[in-house]
Amino acid sequence: MTRKNYYLMSDGILKRRENTVYFINKDNKKPLPINKIYSIYAYGSLSFSSQVVNLLAKEGIPIHFFNYYGFYSGSFYPRETLLSGDLLVKQAEHFLDFEKRIILAKKFVEGAAKNMMKVLAYYNVDNPIKEILSELTDCDVITEIMNVEGRIRADYYGRLDEILPEDFQIGKRSRRPPENMINSLISFGNSLIYSTTLSEIYNTQLNPTISYLHEPSERRYSLSLDLSEIFKPILVDRLILYLVKKRMLNENDFEKDMEYCLLNENGRKVFLKEYDKRLKKTIKHRELNKNVSYRRLIRLEAYKMIKHLLGSKEYKPFVMWW
Amino acid sequence: MPSQKQHLQIRGTQINYFFICHTKLWFFSHNIQMEQESELVSLGKIIHKNSYKREHRDFALDNIVNMDFIRKGDFLEIHEVKKSTKMEKAHEFQLLYYLYYLKHEKGISNTKGFIDYPKIRKKQEFELTSDKEYKLEEIFEKIKEIVASDLPKPIKKPFCRKCAYFELCWV
Ligand code: SF4
Repeated sequence: MTRKNYYLMSDGILKRRENTVYFINKDNKKPLPINKIYSIYAYGSLSFSSQVVNLLAKEGIPIHFFNYYGFYSGSFYPRETLLSGDLLVKQAEHFLDFEKRIILAKKFVEGAAKNMMKVLAYYNVDNPIKEILSELTDCDVITEIMNVEGRIRADYYGRLDEILPEDFQIGKRSRRPPENMINSLISFGNSLIYSTTLSEIYNTQLNPTISYLHEPSERRYSLSLDLSEIFKPILVDRLILYLVKKRMLNENDFEKDMEYCLLNENGRKVFLKEYDKRLKKTIKHRELNKNVSYRRLIRLEAYKMIKHLLGSKEYKPFVMWW
Repeated sequence: MPSQKQHLQIRGTQINYFFICHTKLWFFSHNIQMEQESELVSLGKIIHKNSYKREHRDFALDNIVNMDFIRKGDFLEIHEVKKSTKMEKAHEFQLLYYLYYLKHEKGISNTKGFIDYPKIRKKQEFELTSDKEYKLEEIFEKIKEIVASDLPKPIKKPFCRKCAYFELCWV
């Protein structure tokens, strides 16, 4: 696990020279040794040649692109090398067989909700999420499950306001474009975790386009939406609370307009740096009895899904135990 | 030989994993592979160099067997270099399978098999007797059965921690 994520913040060019890719922007030229790259996150506009693409494809390195707002806009997802026809058939079977699909859809909601409860518990905020979650038992269609999920999330964001300082309150969740600072942080973070999860899925035999909670038509790589639900509270929301409460971000880190509010370059830098730190942070894994990074936890989640699909162990979403 | 077609499907690694771990065998056989397989020694090329006829079956041959070998005199010597004697049985049968494969699929039976353990300066010779052939055929059947069934429950072994499937098995 020596490979790193590279976050490219400014506009620039990717150039290849032998086995090194260089990121060249107006100020300098930064080498990215090919066997050190895990994924690239491009926030500025990026130009690159087919030589670079060929090399990244050969090494199986995805690039995730974000637009002006910091929203995910697409990925260079190299040709898949880890294909398993048998697993793909199982993945499709669990989508087509409605009962099987529902089981998985509920697990994602359950995992997400339990992690939200952990976030709130850390700050001693009472909440009714457990009760709302119990309604999941009676749901037998996806829209009902989505409905429960929506209510949990609405309540959760409302409660976060009890923790957040006044200038950073959520009020109403606004997405595209986000209208205030906290909404902009949530959107930025959610795009990021989606991409991180996609990189992990890429490194397994799972097909990223078949999903269970979200409709596969919702986004091209909708399985990433499913899996990232579980990690949003852990990796994004906790990070935001940390950054805001520690005053590591303030008004000067945002760019404001009548209609939107966005993190500016400095704000993004602070966010991405801390995000990356968290991905690298390790915890002792109970079952495996070894240290694993948060990034690895996402991969392990994919492995658990594989086992569920193969019928060898029922999937249990990851829930923080601390 | 009615079973010949089926033998073609079994890969040397599968024989090896059969002795090591059935879970690993299952994953590997269903293309759930963790480590990038090392660049296979292109048997086709070597056969060519050694004036064996190169056919387009070479590709399938490459996918099934993976060995270091040299030709010497009247015999085709198959050499496998191994680091330790820990998985001796697995090594032995993988090698025997290569000999079997060459005999039944390629019509090359003047072969000799060797496993070299350079670290301990040990060299062992193996011969494909009819006894071993029979044993191999039994193994083929068992492998097919395992692969066609559900994923075998992993069983903790001392070498699990070093196995590429460790996390997949035990998370
Ligand atoms: S981790 Fe252990 S049980 Fe799992 S495949 Fe490897 S050797 Fe077999």
